[in-house]
Amino acid sequence: MAKQTASQTVGPFFLYGLTPELATGIRYTGYTSEMLAGAATAGEHIVVEGRVLDGEGNPVPDSMVEIWQANAAGRYRHDEDDRTDVPLDDTFLGFGRTGTDKDGGFRFHTVKPGAVPGLGNALQAPHIVVCVFARGMLSHAYTRLYFSDEAEANGADPVLAAVEAARRPTLVAERMESRGRTVYRFDIRLQGEGETVFFDV
Amino acid sequence: MADPAPYRARDWDVHPAYDYPAYGSTKHRAPKQPLVPIPHTLSEVTGPSFGPEAAPEGEADLTINARVNGEPMGERIIVAGRVLDENGRAVPETMVEIWQANAAGRYIHEVDQHDAPLDPNFIGAGRTVTDADGRYRFVTMKPGAYPWGNHYNAWRPAHIHFSLFGPGFATRLVSQMYFPGDPLLPLDPIFNASPNPEAMQALVADFSMEITRPEWALGYEWDIVLRGRDATPMEA
Repeated sequence: MAKQTASQTVGPFFLYGLTPELATGIRYTGYTSEMLAGAATAGEHIVVEGRVLDGEGNPVPDSMVEIWQANAAGRYRHDEDDRTDVPLDDTFLGFGRTGTDKDGGFRFHTVKPGAVPGLGNALQAPHIVVCVFARGMLSHAYTRLYFSDEAEANGADPVLAAVEAARRPTLVAERMESRGRTVYRFDIRLQGEGETVFFDV
Repeated sequence: MADPAPYRARDWDVHPAYDYPAYGSTKHRAPKQPLVPIPHTLSEVTGPSFGPEAAPEGEADLTINARVNGEPMGERIIVAGRVLDENGRAVPETMVEIWQANAAGRYIHEVDQHDAPLDPNFIGAGRTVTDADGRYRFVTMKPGAYPWGNHYNAWRPAHIHFSLFGPGFATRLVSQMYFPGDPLLPLDPIFNASPNPEAMQALVADFSMEITRPEWALGYEWDIVLRGRDATPMEA
């Protein structure tokens, strides 16, 4: 069996390679965007925003955050999600990528995902898969974002149940209304007090 | 629906640990709590895929995709290889993104203030989608080494950054490709961070006369292995 290729840090200079839409406008990919949802996308339109912070509480201004999620109906745009009774949304891929700003901040415009099946057809609470890359991180780190207004579903979620109760709040984004928008606040603490739970996916 | 077949675990004998003191920037950025293991659900085995239209043909040639008034400076090279899984099977139609310093060892990035010239005809970023056999091919300029602040007289060996998706979000990988015979390799804490010497050496491309094009460019071959799934009995 071939060995997996080793991970290496994304380093500080990925801007033109991975998030060129944030650069000077001389290169575009069309898919590396913080805009996951357009006006025609079905579902509750939300903003997910937060900061990436290091072990001293300082902002991480040179990290990259990626998200992957199901659409509002709870269907992933992928061959292995072949549940034809749950509709796809032609306007929604479910992938977002952005780089953090000087304050460590990131923001995605998306829709709230529906619940998706877990193992044994247990239902998972609505969630977004989050992946963090940064200079100083030799391997990327996976976490999950859950929603504060889904307390009941969160209470029954098998992945949250695998996390010690005291650390679960690091995975739950706080819902708030801001300037007419629904915002979920999700800070990612790489280390130290309140360290975000990262998964061995 | 039936449970999805899981991918094999991330091989932590191959991937660097987060906490690696020789690479100073890990100090405040390495998660300290143990990773919480979770099974692979639909959320982990699915992931984005991008059609060929997301990687127009010219984007695989970094010597032309940023031309303003001429050819970029330096040594033109071809970097090609296959994206495979642990079972040796091709990973077709997956996005491969690369970025790198120019021939003088300078990135077009405001944070890079290395005293070396920018090249007006080179951005150093490209992408392509693998073919049905998992093959990719880039034309670019050989990147230069450059200094960094990790320790006294620290220099990064010449390298090209690679970003890959594979079939699911669990197969996501960001890595770096190095060049054979580079005297800086044994001195570089990032290259040396993999706990497995064999895995470390696998980050070094092979010089390839087959990929080398006469009168035009040297060729390097680098295969990338993503996580695979256990073979089903029928396939075994």
